[in-house]
Amino acid sequence: MKRLALILALVAAPAFAVEPDEVLDDPALEARAREISAGLRCPVCRNESIDESNAGVSRDLRLMVRERLVAGDSDAEVVRAVVDRYGEFVLLRPDASGANLVLWLAAPGLLLLAGGVAFVSIRRRASGPEDRLTEEEETRLKDILKP
Amino acid sequence: MLIELGHFALILAFATAIVQMVVPLVGAQKGWRGWMGVAEPAATAQFALTAFAFGALTVAFVTSDFSVALVVANSHSLKPMIYKISGVWGNHEGSLLLWLLILSGFGACAAWFGGNLPETLRARVLAVQASIGVAFGAFLLFTSNPFLRMAVPPFDGQDLNPLLQDPGLAFHPPFLYLGYVGLSMSFSFAVAALIEGRVDAAWARWVRPWTLAAWLFLTIGIALGSWWAYYELGWGGFWFWDPVENASFMPWLFAAALLHSAIVTEKREALKSWTVLLAILAFSFSLLGTFIVRSGVLTSVHAFANDPERGVFILMILGVFTGGALTLYAARAHAMEAKGVFGLVSRESALVANNVLLAVAAMVVFVGTLWPLIAEMAFGRVLSVGPPFFDAAFTPFFVALALLLPPGTLFAWKRAQGARVLRQLWPALTLASALLLLGYALGSGRSALGPLGLALGGWVVGGAGVDLWARSGRGSVAARLHRLRRLPRADWGRGLAHAGLGVTIIGIAGLLAWEREDIRVAQIGESWSLGRYEITLDAVREAEGPNYLTTIGEMSVRADGRQIATLLPEKRFYPVAGMPTTEAGIDGGIWRDLYLVIGDPQDGGGWAVRSHIKPMAAWIWGGAILMALGGVVSLTDRRMRVAAGARRAPVATVAAE
Repeated sequence: MKRLALILALVAAPAFAVEPDEVLDDPALEARAREISAGLRCPVCRNESIDESNAGVSRDLRLMVRERLVAGDSDAEVVRAVVDRYGEFVLLRPDASGANLVLWLAAPGLLLLAGGVAFVSIRRRASGPEDRLTEEEETRLKDILKP
Repeated sequence: MLIELGHFALILAFATAIVQMVVPLVGAQKGWRGWMGVAEPAATAQFALTAFAFGALTVAFVTSDFSVALVVANSHSLKPMIYKISGVWGNHEGSLLLWLLILSGFGACAAWFGGNLPETLRARVLAVQASIGVAFGAFLLFTSNPFLRMAVPPFDGQDLNPLLQDPGLAFHPPFLYLGYVGLSMSFSFAVAALIEGRVDAAWARWVRPWTLAAWLFLTIGIALGSWWAYYELGWGGFWFWDPVENASFMPWLFAAALLHSAIVTEKREALKSWTVLLAILAFSFSLLGTFIVRSGVLTSVHAFANDPERGVFILMILGVFTGGALTLYAARAHAMEAKGVFGLVSRESALVANNVLLAVAAMVVFVGTLWPLIAEMAFGRVLSVGPPFFDAAFTPFFVALALLLPPGTLFAWKRAQGARVLRQLWPALTLASALLLLGYALGSGRSALGPLGLALGGWVVGGAGVDLWARSGRGSVAARLHRLRRLPRADWGRGLAHAGLGVTIIGIAGLLAWEREDIRVAQIGESWSLGRYEITLDAVREAEGPNYLTTIGEMSVRADGRQIATLLPEKRFYPVAGMPTTEAGIDGGIWRDLYLVIGDPQDGGGWAVRSHIKPMAAWIWGGAILMALGGVVSLTDRRMRVAAGARRAPVATVAAE
C-alpha cells in the first residue's frame, strides 16, 4: 500500500486547480483573484483557464495574480502584467481591438442584416396585392354574406 | 478470419453505396423505374453489410483479440465488459465505422418507411444519402482502416483513455452521431428537392420527423457529455465552450432552427428556400464538427489527436458536399416560390425571429470557435477565445429568444393581435415576477444574473403552460382539462420541449449565481461547515478497481445535527494508460447538489479537499431530458405516423376485405 501511495504521489502529482495553500485570507481579494484567473488561459493546456488547470505554470500564474493583488494592483493592472509576459494568447476574452472587431461585431452585424432583410421582405409582402380581394370577389362575397 | 470478413463486408458496402449513388439518380432523371427501384434493396444491403462489419469489430473488442491493431491501441483484457464494447467507438477508426453504420441505417429507414414518397424523390434522396456513405466509406477504407492486423500480437492492450471509461461517456458518442448523421437525412431531402426543383408542404412534412429525431438525439448526446464533464472533470463545470463541445452545439442550434422553419413551410408554404438552406447548413455544420474533432486543427480537451492527412480528407468531403449543395441551391432556389402571405405580427414572423436568433447564436459559436485559427493565419495574432467571450457574446441572443418564445407560440398564423396575446400571458408574467422577487430575496447581493435568469426561465415555463391551456379552447375548467388530455401529442411535445428550455435556463442561472465553494487542507477527522452543512473527512483509504488504483476519501455530511449522506470522492489512477482521473462524490437533490472532491496528500499532513454546494444543478439536465422527451412525444403524434403510412393504409383495407 505504501508503494501504491508513492506511485500515486509521483505520477499523479499535479492534482487540482486552486490549492488550499494559495487561497488568500481576505475573501474579497480572493474573489477578485478567482475572477481574474477564470479569464486567463493556462499557457500549456488545451483550452483551460488557470483557475481550472492543474499545470505547474498555472499555479505560478495564480500565485503571481494573488501577489500582485495583495500588493495593491487593480484587476486591469494584474491582467496587463500577465499579458506582458505571455502575450495576448492568455486572454480568454480577446479584447475588441483591430482585427478582433470582426470577432465581436460579426454576430450583431449579422443580426441587424438578417433582421432588416426579414423586416423589409415581410412588410413588403404583407402589403402585397395577394392580400386583397378583387372587385369581382368583393361583390361575390357581399352576395354570399347577404342574409 | 472474422476480421477479414468484416473488412470484406465493408468493401462490399462501399461498392453497394457507389451503385446506390449512381443508378437511382440516373433512373430518376430518365424516368426509368427499374433503375430507381435499385435504391431500396441497395440501401438495405448497404446497411446489412456495414452492420456485419461493425459486428465483426465488436467481437474483436469483446474477445480482446490483440492481433487487431485497433484493439491493442484501445483495449485491455482487464477492462470491464461495458468499456470493452464502448471501446469500439472510443477511437477514431471505430467511431467512423459507427458513423457509417448509423448513416446507412438512416438510409435503410428512409427506404423502408418512405413508401409514400413520390418515386423520383425517394430514389434521389437515397442516392444523395448513398453519396455521403461513399465519401465516408472511402475515408474509412483508405485512411483509417479499423481492421488492420498486428504482425506480432502483443500480450495485452494499451487500454482505453481512462476518461472515456465512464457510463456517461460510453453512450455520449453514439447519441451524438445519431444526431449528426440524422441531419444527413434532412440534407439528402434538401438536395433531392433541389434536383427535383420542387419544395411543397408534403416535402416539409417528410423532413420534419427526421430533423426532430436528429435534434432529440443531439440533445441527449450533448446533455450526456455535459453531465459527464460535471461529475468527472472535478470542478463541476457543465459547459466549457470547448471547440469539440461547440462542434456539437452548432448543429444543434441549426437543427432547432430547421425544426421551426419546416413548420412554416409545412403549414403555410412560406420560407421554402430558407428551410432548404437551413437543412444544408445543419448537416454542413455536422461535417464541420467532424472536421474540428478529428483533424486536430483546434486542440481541445477531448479530441482524438490525429494526423493532418485525415483532416485534409474531411475538409475535401466538407468542401464537396457543402459547396456542391450550395451551388445547387444558388442555381435552383429561385424556383421555390413562396405562397403564404403574413403580417409583421404573426406566428410566421415569430418563427422567422426564432430562426434569425438561432442562426446568429450559431454564428457566434462558429466565429468564436474558428477565430483563433483565422487570426493566426490572416493577422499573425496568436490569441484565445474562451468562455468569457462566449458568455458575453452568446447570451444576449439566447435571452432575446427566450423572451420572444411565449408570445410567439400564442400568435395566430397570418396576423396576430399582439395586445391580446400579451394579456393572455399574465400567468407567465406573474410567475416570472414571483421568481424575480424570490431571487432577490435569496440573493446575497452578488449579481443580478441569478434573479433575472430565474425570471426568464419562469417566463418560458409559464409561457409553455399558457400555450397548452390556450389550446384547450373555451368553457368550464373541467371541460378544458378534459380537452387538455386529448390534445394532439405534437402540442404536448411542443409544450414539454419549451418548458424544458425554461427549466434549463433556471438551472444555469441558479448554479452560476448561488454556487458556494470551500477549498482547504483537512486532517482526518476534521470538520468544516459550508452553508448549512457540516462536512467531516472521516478517513482516506486506498483501494484497487478492476484496472485502476484509487484513493477514496470517506466524508460524512450533516445538516441540522443529523447525518444526511456519506460521500466517497475518489482519485483514480490508471497504470496502463498512466493517467489520473477524479470521481467527485455527489449527493444529488432537486434544490442542490453537494459536490465533494478529494485531492493530494499535503506535506504537512492532511488532504486537499474541495467542497461545493451547487444549487439547481439537476435542473440543467432535467430540462434537457424534458426537451428530448418533448421530441419523443411529438414524434409519436398521429400526424407523423399517418404521414408515414398514408398511402399504405387504403391498400391494407382493401386486402382485409
